[in-house]
Amino acid sequence: MSKGNSRGLKHIMFALLLALTTSLAVAREAMPLAADEAVEKRMVAISDEMRCLVCQNESLSGSHAELAQDLRQEIRAMIKAGKSDQQIKAFMVDRYGDFVLYRPPVKTTTYLLWFGPFLLLAIAILTLINYLRRRGARLDQGEASEPELSAEERQRADVLLKQIETKR
Amino acid sequence: MKRFLIPLILFVVLLGFLARGLMLDPHEVPSPLINKPAPAFELSELAKPDLKFSPAEMRGRVWLLNVWASWCVSCREEHPVLLALAKTGAVPIYGLNYKDQRTDGLRWLTQFGNPYTLNAFDGDGRVGIDYGVYGVPETYVIDKAGIIRYKQIGPVTQEALDKKILPLLKELEKS
Repeated sequence: MSKGNSRGLKHIMFALLLALTTSLAVAREAMPLAADEAVEKRMVAISDEMRCLVCQNESLSGSHAELAQDLRQEIRAMIKAGKSDQQIKAFMVDRYGDFVLYRPPVKTTTYLLWFGPFLLLAIAILTLINYLRRRGARLDQGEASEPELSAEERQRADVLLKQIETKR
Repeated sequence: MKRFLIPLILFVVLLGFLARGLMLDPHEVPSPLINKPAPAFELSELAKPDLKFSPAEMRGRVWLLNVWASWCVSCREEHPVLLALAKTGAVPIYGLNYKDQRTDGLRWLTQFGNPYTLNAFDGDGRVGIDYGVYGVPETYVIDKAGIIRYKQIGPVTQEALDKKILPLLKELEKS
């Protein structure tokens, strides 16, 4: 009996100790994040606009790849060193090319990328206008030049129509 | 017939674009460092931590900088090719041991053989970032003026060596 009791007590003590240490650990881990909140926010804002080169469908801010972690650390260091967003962006582009940017800059090599869709749209609209105009012209022409029935034809048509009516 | 001609041409053009897109490897991102000076660095040697290596020492020579790590599986794939290349003496191969542990890197070299004239040790990967490394192995061809002329992303294959790297080396050696 007493043996069981002391074991139960030990368990409770152990559980209490565990609870205490975990709360301590949480408190310790949360600290630096709060201290650097501004840096962290800027880092996330910048890296959200960048592609992770390892997992290309993820942003740099969301990727768990080791390179992404290193690069986020690099961005944090640059923010703390007082670099502007523009400078940080240039740092990344110098190393990995425009590919890291989700919004590629407008320059001669990206004109087709930026304006290509509008070009296609313009072509589509022009083709549509052209088609409608032609169709309109064809219809106008068709109405104007609708052949008149000759007297003979009219008579035949009347006969046919009457046949249908009498059958009813 | 004529009214089908234009859609047919458009379709073929679209098909061409799609086929080209399918054949491109999305992991091969063209490096902005091509035809730019190789970023400077000074790192300790892998085998001799008290000795330093800097690319500036290589002025006047054409050389290869091969980024590798003991944890990198594809590096094992390219390793025999590098060993064979080193044996021909066509070009000095310098290694950048990227995000590795010294002991692991050295063990890897004794296990698989050492094609490198020398290895620089980039434990935290900072130099790797300057070179735009995003997937090991990567190999840079650097000319006599210290300009990066070519970057091989992924393992150096015999095909890449024969078709691109060796002809380029010959050309650079002449100038």
